[in-house]
Amino acid sequence: MRRYSAFAIAREAARYHTGWERAWKSPKPKKKYDVVIVGAGGHGLATAFYLGKNFGITNVAIIEKGWLGGGNTGRNTTIIRSNYLQDPSAAIYEKARSLYETMSQDLNYNVMFSPRGVMMLAQTEHEVRGYVRTAHANALQGVTTEFISPERVKELVPIMNIHGPRYPVLGALWQARAGTARHDAVAWGYARACSDMGMDIIQKCEVTGVRQENGNVTGVDTTHGQIDCDKLAMVVAGNAGHLAEMAGFRLPMESVALQALVSEPIKPCIDVVVMANTVHGYMSQSDKGELVIGGGTDGFNNYTQRGSFHHVEETVRALVETFPIISRLKMLRQWGGIVDVTGDRSPIIGKTPLGNCFINCGWGTGGFKSIPGSGWAMAETVAKGEPGSLAAEFGLNRFTEGRFIDESVAAGVAH
Amino acid sequence: MSTRLASGGRLIDRSKPKNFTFNGKRMKGYEGDTLAAALLGEDQMLVGRSFKYHRPRGIVASGAEEPNALVNLGQGDRFEPNQRVTTTELFDGLTCTSQNHWPSLEFDVGVVNNYAARFLPAGFYYKTFMAPAAAWKHVFEPVIRKSAGLGQVPTEADADRYEHYYHHTDVVIIGGGVAGLASALAAGRSGAKVLVMEQTHHWGGRAAVDGGEIDGQSVEAWIDATVAELEGMENVTLRTRMMASGVYDHGYVLGYERVADHTPGDGRPRHRLWRIRTKQIVTATGAIERPLSFAGNDIPGVMLASAVRDYAVNWGVSVGDRTVVVTNNDDGYRTALTLKEAGLDVPVVLDARPEATGPLAEAARAAGIRVEPGRAIAKVNGGKRVTGVSICLQAGEGAALEEIACDAVAMSGGWSPVVHMWSHCGGKLIWDEAQTHFRPDPDRAPTGHDGEAFVVTAGSASGPLDLAGVLENAYEAGKAAAKAAGGKAIRKAGPKADAEEAQPMAPVWIMPQGASIKKRMKMWLDYQNDVKVSDVQLAAREGYESVEHTKRYTTLGMATDQGKLSNINGLAILSDALDQEIPTTGTTTFRPPYTPISFGAIAGEARHEIFQPIRRTPMHQWHEDAGAYMEPVGHWRRPYCYAKPGETNEQAVNREVLNTRENLGLLDASTLGKLIVKGPDAGKFMDMMYTNMMSNLAVGKCRYGLMCSENGFLSDDGVVARIEEDTWLCHTTSGGADRIHAWMEEWLQTEWWDWKVYVANVTEQLAQVAVVGPNARKVLEKLNAQAGGGMDVSKEALPFMQWADGKIGAFDARVYRISFSGELSYEIAVPASQGRAFWDALLEAGEEFGVMPYGTECLHIMRAEKGFIMIGDETDGTVIPQDLGLNWAISKKKEDFLGKRAQQRSHMTDPERWKLVGLETLDGSVLPDGAYAVGEGDNVHGQRNMIGRVTSTYYSPTLKKGIAMGLVLHGPDRMGEVVDFPTVDGTNTVIKARICDPVFYDKDGEKQNV
Amino acid sequence: MLILECPYCGVMADETDLHGGGEAHLKRFGPGSSDDEFETYLFHRKNPKGVHFERWRHVSGCGKWFHAARNTMTLEVYATYSAQTTEPPQDVIDAVKAKHPDWEGYK
Repeated sequence: MRRYSAFAIAREAARYHTGWERAWKSPKPKKKYDVVIVGAGGHGLATAFYLGKNFGITNVAIIEKGWLGGGNTGRNTTIIRSNYLQDPSAAIYEKARSLYETMSQDLNYNVMFSPRGVMMLAQTEHEVRGYVRTAHANALQGVTTEFISPERVKELVPIMNIHGPRYPVLGALWQARAGTARHDAVAWGYARACSDMGMDIIQKCEVTGVRQENGNVTGVDTTHGQIDCDKLAMVVAGNAGHLAEMAGFRLPMESVALQALVSEPIKPCIDVVVMANTVHGYMSQSDKGELVIGGGTDGFNNYTQRGSFHHVEETVRALVETFPIISRLKMLRQWGGIVDVTGDRSPIIGKTPLGNCFINCGWGTGGFKSIPGSGWAMAETVAKGEPGSLAAEFGLNRFTEGRFIDESVAAGVAH
Repeated sequence: MSTRLASGGRLIDRSKPKNFTFNGKRMKGYEGDTLAAALLGEDQMLVGRSFKYHRPRGIVASGAEEPNALVNLGQGDRFEPNQRVTTTELFDGLTCTSQNHWPSLEFDVGVVNNYAARFLPAGFYYKTFMAPAAAWKHVFEPVIRKSAGLGQVPTEADADRYEHYYHHTDVVIIGGGVAGLASALAAGRSGAKVLVMEQTHHWGGRAAVDGGEIDGQSVEAWIDATVAELEGMENVTLRTRMMASGVYDHGYVLGYERVADHTPGDGRPRHRLWRIRTKQIVTATGAIERPLSFAGNDIPGVMLASAVRDYAVNWGVSVGDRTVVVTNNDDGYRTALTLKEAGLDVPVVLDARPEATGPLAEAARAAGIRVEPGRAIAKVNGGKRVTGVSICLQAGEGAALEEIACDAVAMSGGWSPVVHMWSHCGGKLIWDEAQTHFRPDPDRAPTGHDGEAFVVTAGSASGPLDLAGVLENAYEAGKAAAKAAGGKAIRKAGPKADAEEAQPMAPVWIMPQGASIKKRMKMWLDYQNDVKVSDVQLAAREGYESVEHTKRYTTLGMATDQGKLSNINGLAILSDALDQEIPTTGTTTFRPPYTPISFGAIAGEARHEIFQPIRRTPMHQWHEDAGAYMEPVGHWRRPYCYAKPGETNEQAVNREVLNTRENLGLLDASTLGKLIVKGPDAGKFMDMMYTNMMSNLAVGKCRYGLMCSENGFLSDDGVVARIEEDTWLCHTTSGGADRIHAWMEEWLQTEWWDWKVYVANVTEQLAQVAVVGPNARKVLEKLNAQAGGGMDVSKEALPFMQWADGKIGAFDARVYRISFSGELSYEIAVPASQGRAFWDALLEAGEEFGVMPYGTECLHIMRAEKGFIMIGDETDGTVIPQDLGLNWAISKKKEDFLGKRAQQRSHMTDPERWKLVGLETLDGSVLPDGAYAVGEGDNVHGQRNMIGRVTSTYYSPTLKKGIAMGLVLHGPDRMGEVVDFPTVDGTNTVIKARICDPVFYDKDGEKQNV
Repeated sequence: MLILECPYCGVMADETDLHGGGEAHLKRFGPGSSDDEFETYLFHRKNPKGVHFERWRHVSGCGKWFHAARNTMTLEVYATYSAQTTEPPQDVIDAVKAKHPDWEGYK
């Protein structure tokens, strides 16, 4: 792989950029791989990357029914934070956040990780107590957060109206090292690195069946034919239930639409990510200048990647109230993605009832921020055949035992 | 130069001049002008700078598709960035400034990016700015953010107001051009209820510019007659200045009406958002002309041919004295002819087709215009304004044959139907080879709730581009939509125009065909975002093959025009680079809104106090008048405390606690949920809802009860009273009434529907006051004495945990002897209408007994002193009653209740679950809220092992020290042990607390039972 | 913005007047059931790409729960019907089949 650098750009400029090589190859599938990963989104590609990097497993195919990074990786609001309350969540999201810090260098692809800080507003006494509690837990979990005063909030975000009147800002949970990244670049950077390790990324290849013998997986049927494998990793969002059904098991999960929108680009006016859970909205500003805005999920099963307008209305209403100067700005585009929401709204990583078949799904509204941590944990699970410490508590068995990982305690809104 | 012609301009009224300023320069236009027309009339072609290279940018188009001409409009609290001048109506006093440059529009330092453009191809930022690692955050990103971003940031809150309007109709017609009007005629004649919306302020669209005849009269006359006819139909509603923003599922349409953008400050709402539910939608959204890709096609003065024509005909504006027309289809000739007719110079028409034989080409020749078939533009000369073009062979590599001086270039690359509204809800497209555009596939329309198509296209939005074809298609579309919406069949014929002969267009995606890479690096596809032909080709070369990859890698079509001009051209270039057919490449997704709509309009009236409705108890106003500090609880506001002048909230709370314990306190408890459960099976139902046995509660008695989710977790608590043999009254938490009511209904309707039970939520029918403290009985007796008679509230007549109906003073009361404070306490419900009077009477009568109202914080402290749990404090959705030592409230006799099975799962019975205890610090200080207790060492994640947490913590004014409750591992077995709570205030200190009984005050309950 | 006909009050109700309640026809398992049965009842949900039977409540209307047969890919609503049913009635099955002949049927 030829390295990217300012020097490489200068060299290519001399020949009008006609010498750049493909970022990733587009191979035909082989007959058999050590590991087949279904889903070339951020999570699938990260799983492949860490299988290669941490375990030296490179005879890997990542198959994708659409185009790589084209699911929720490419349609989220790019927030990266790890200020979670429960231990297993804090562990995996903090792992992810720390991997984001060095991702551009690790992948030699600038993913524009921007540790600009994430602020979660407390607008009721109850929320204050929840976030103060989270700050205490985070301190012991090695996640640096603090509960800050309304004055500090105003200092960090001068355009915010902290006086309400309906929901005055009473403080905020602040994670200075959280932030955003360029979502597409994460998928593309991983894809380039995986391709460079000799892995096959096969796009426009849909899985139509899961092959098994004696309770163990042996391969998949795809629109490009049969592909055999020793191990199968299902790492898809929006379609996990569908895929699980092919493999003969069900998941404690439902698929719903989550919407987001952006404004027209304006000069920088907000330097941090603000999340306001009481009023249901969150906002940051992209490097292009667009305000990136999101809210809650729709309340019904849906695969259309379209949502209902009243959620957009609710979110925008909340943000106009919180940031009065945006009233005369305009919504440029709204879109939707399909998220898989589990029984406790936390993800599932681990073994399945089918031998040598592993699953990573159910990230709900929090998938992007976890990508490297999720890939790291999933790679370990696939390589060793057993979940490691990062993944152990996210197994399917928790629903039988009643051992939930419930984050709704700290956050009432999707993000 | 561009200028106002001496005559002409069908949309302007020259007798009504309008003054405005651009970058501080005073300018003049006329009523009916768009800001774009007025600027061009004043020779202001240069209006902005591009996003990435800061190249000079001029007006390209005449409508919503304009990518370049965005300005900062207005000032102060009416300032708005990124306003498109082509869709801004001119008004007197308008002020605007150009965007994205420093220090000035004419001289912009950012243009260095242009000179470095060769080093800034698509996606360059993915390949660099990576070292040193910290530089991205501190150096590169801030610079990139500042240089991007286009418009300025508003600094003041919006002066305007917005409103929403709800509308139900049979047929919505989007677009008021001749197609929309023809559709409206058909739909209107069928009797269906019709709404027609047009985004500009005038009817008829572009047809009048192109001329021709409809039903034997001029297009303009037909438009006037048709609008008059439609206005006469009671079933038809016509709106101008209203754009369809988006089509949503099941026939939902958003209309964005710009009511007062052109009359700022006149008191009307600025925008009105129409929320429309319709049976059928007709999209008569027209078509948009495509630019051609030749080197220098972004230099100010290069414009769409149709726009050049529009400015001349509609607004009497010439965009240049000498205009070169370049085209690949017949339509470009119309511009040449129009300009010639206006007395302007058209040095040449360059027709990329090998031959130019159509009737329009002949007409051009006949008018003395030089027509050069097979020719292309090799390069446009000029910087901030076109100065000339080099001509070459389209079939060649671009060797210049001739230089022609000109100050404008009108380009026509063919027309693409506006398919946005068709596509928003999943309508599919087909590639039309002859017209080289995507058009709606009528066989794959978006479908509604009934599975039937609910969108039909009309006019050029369907594909036909000639007047006759447009009218026929549109009238049929109107008929079809009306029929599908239940209208009656009509026989009356639709409007007709004569068919025109046309020469087929030629697909020309770059000009010349064999252009070198150097030329391709100067061919703009997306003007605003600076995406060139070479960028799309680079993306393809690097493997970004999916159309979505290319879009995201190059930012093609991601600017504020959302690719209205660039998308098809970009797709064609990508397809060519990948050596595949255009339909194989496909399009990106069309998403609402069609053009950007204001956040203010989306938010509507929901601002400030009415952002969300506030629920008020009958005593709410009294609390506000008393200066209470109010806190949101659900949708209520409750008094947190009543601070007196000079008192802090904390002092007030302490005073309220002590006074209530020593004298008499009043709490407005009206927010407490009150549900009546009644019916022959009510007892059975209550036993399922609560963990306790409720069916055996005696009439007249009260019992504290717990409710769990089916997942086992504690969800609500409260006192239940048995009112009659078949009637129970359930108190819920303040935030819980609606939730628990819904919960009960859900079980009754969907699981036990054969049980005879009825549930009513009477929360707001009753005002409730907690009369608390040693003097509680005295004040009630005084009220009774004053009114003569009344309820006996003595210990004997109304003992603890009983209730009674009767009169307290003059009030109709239901009195519960229950206590959440540990004091002698009566919770008294009166009809809501008597609530305020009752409250006032208690205050007056209580004066001699030291009465004071108290707020929620006092309530919390008193319950904590008593070790009572609080839903939301001790519980958080992960806590089961067993964790809280509430086993006594879980019936062992009942076979089933909601949550019982869940509580049998292995993790729920795990002895390692944290359990409720009291906590007192060794030094008497208050434990920090939310603090965690730590054990030895770290867990598998390297996190400190946690063994418990604080759930409630207060300073107890009664005990003069800190008290707390918490959940602690093996807590109840560790009484007297000391645990460590590290602080997070940065001091690295550890607070030591001893585990104790959670009941801190009056353990035996003697005070409440008097 | 879905629109569903409430079978009780006959109103074509906007989504904003409704509350979605997830999969219909769940069989409740209480005390005495196995861990598997209980987990399935509480958490396992049909999540089909296609025909789905689900619960809705006309919460800002008559307050009644009802059932709907709806397609999660096209959002077409085949029928709405009584919540007091343990499986889709035959006429609802027929309505789905009529529009969707290759549908595998309720299971």
